Amino acid sequence: MSDVIQAEGLVKRFGETTALAGVDLSVRNGTVLGLLGPNGAGKTTIVRILATLLQPDSGRATIGGYDIMTQAHQVRQLIGLTGQFASVDENLTGLENLVFVGRLLGMPKADAKARARELLGSFKLDDAGERAAKTYSGGMRRRLDLAASLVGRPRLLYLDEPTTGLDPRARMEAWELIRGMVSGGMTVLLTTQYLDEADALADDIVVIDHGRVIAMGTPDELKAKTAAQTLAVRPVDPVHVPTVVAALSELARVEPEVDGQLVSAPVADPGVLPLLYQRLAQDGIEVTELGLRSASLNEVFLSLTGQPIEEESDDDRQ
Amino acid sequence: MTTVNEVRPRVGPWEGLQQTLTIAWRTLVQIRHNPFELGDFSFQPIMFVLLFTYVFGGAIEGSTSGYLRFALPGIIVMNMIFVTMYVGMGLNTDLTKGVFDRLRSLPIARWAPLAGRIAADLLKQAWSIALLLGVGYLLGFRLGTGIVGLAVATVLILFFALAFSWISVLVGVTARDPEKVQILGYTALFPITFVSNVFVRTDTMPGWLQAVVKANPVSQLSDAVRGLLIGGPVAQPALYSILWAIGIMAVFAPLSLYRLKKRV
Ligand SMILES: Nc1ncnc2c1ncn2[C@@H]1O[C@H](COP(=O)(O)OP(=O)(O)OP(=O)(O)O)[C@@H](O)[C@H]1O
Ligand SMILES: [Mg+2]
Repeated sequence: MSDVIQAEGLVKRFGETTALAGVDLSVRNGTVLGLLGPNGAGKTTIVRILATLLQPDSGRATIGGYDIMTQAHQVRQLIGLTGQFASVDENLTGLENLVFVGRLLGMPKADAKARARELLGSFKLDDAGERAAKTYSGGMRRRLDLAASLVGRPRLLYLDEPTTGLDPRARMEAWELIRGMVSGGMTVLLTTQYLDEADALADDIVVIDHGRVIAMGTPDELKAKTAAQTLAVRPVDPVHVPTVVAALSELARVEPEVDGQLVSAPVADPGVLPLLYQRLAQDGIEVTELGLRSASLNEVFLSLTGQPIEEESDDDRQ
Repeated sequence: MTTVNEVRPRVGPWEGLQQTLTIAWRTLVQIRHNPFELGDFSFQPIMFVLLFTYVFGGAIEGSTSGYLRFALPGIIVMNMIFVTMYVGMGLNTDLTKGVFDRLRSLPIARWAPLAGRIAADLLKQAWSIALLLGVGYLLGFRLGTGIVGLAVATVLILFFALAFSWISVLVGVTARDPEKVQILGYTALFPITFVSNVFVRTDTMPGWLQAVVKANPVSQLSDAVRGLLIGGPVAQPALYSILWAIGIMAVFAPLSLYRLKKRV
């Protein structure tokens, strides 16, 4: 038995909206699964179902062999949940928040305190431990929330968009923390809207859209399939644009896009970059810009579904 | 980082009780970081006592000491009704801030989060009763009965508080945010508490209003508490209060639980 999560045919409707239209998932023990999808794809709904907060309309799922519907209490003993919005008690201090969870999990007072201090330390909250959580910054709240979901040393951790809204530095720090937890043997289900995040953290990626799985595989498989990178070149002299277009189209095997002097094309293989560089050097073409950047989620969707992500207009939902 | 904890099939009642106390503890610790709340169920009732006794007391009852004797039991009841609002506000905060989700994802008794809130509320209630009686004592209020009367009055008030909390739970579960709970609560609670015999004797009011005031459970409970604290008839108003409490609970408890299930 090596799949911690096994889900089949999960369906969930909210009135007229079909949030999930039959989702299958499996997560191997000790790995990170990245659930990648745009706003409204159904990521949070999947997490809430697998965390026993919501019952699916149909389909079934087991966590560590326990059924999420009939054995929810057992499932709750295996999981830790860090929801999309930090769920800390703002009127308690950081320390109190963590002690509270520890006590609820049945730890004696001294153990709960010790565990809380340990977690505050590993999440760089030692100095803020005695302050009410309402005085925390967004990043600190996230870290406290994450710490709270780890008090009981869960085997399986759900992270629903753990870095959305964090500044780039806090984001990198969060990645480091997550990597640390995984190296400790924890299994993680992570949702994200960012391809680079899934790429950086996940062993496997499942792409969902409109409540359906539209692609899955390792980050490399997915990037190969979707040409997850874009090569961009900007020649110094505009007369060289057609030459550059010809060279790039030959190497990337697609018709490049031209925007003023900027020529770009999606590439599956980063090896194209040095080849292009050689070609340009041989032809004596000088460039002001030459580089690979990772594709945005939008570009991935474009290549998977042939359509860009639809903009949602449902800001009024609760 | 891995500890192999034995996975257990259910929560025992004893553990459920401990979890309830932990949640109650947390509800009380919150007050430390939000002292305004303490003011709400401490200074506000004291203000009411002082205000009504010294500003209106003479006019209503002829003397401030006579008025205090009449009004204090009713003010205790009124304050109890207002304090129940914290159950709904706290619950709503937990729901909107996601704390309720965290609690539901933990392996704890399903009933512990609600029971913990209500238990904390009962403690606040007991504190308010003691505070009001203490202030009353300083101002000259004396028990006309005895310690038994006081004990029974306290139990009766707490029982009614327990029932009334369920109305608060329903509001807390239904409202979109804590401010709405407060607005809704005050709008509903002012008429309920003022259109009663808490501050003024019923027989001074117009006939049509008397009927409403007499039917109001707040009047019944105030009468019962008056009887138990200063002397007078107890059996009938106490019985009506208990029936009201049971009725309120029978309607609002299932309704609240149903709405809670729908919301999460
Ligand atoms: N409680 C609810 N009531 C009604 N509709 C809901 C509810 N929860 C989710 N939905 C709808 O279900 C769909 C999936 O929502 P979900 O929150 O799972 O998406 P998501 O992938 O987490 O999006 P985001 O990136 O914005 O968090 C959306 O169309 C959403 O409007
Ligand atoms: Mg979401």
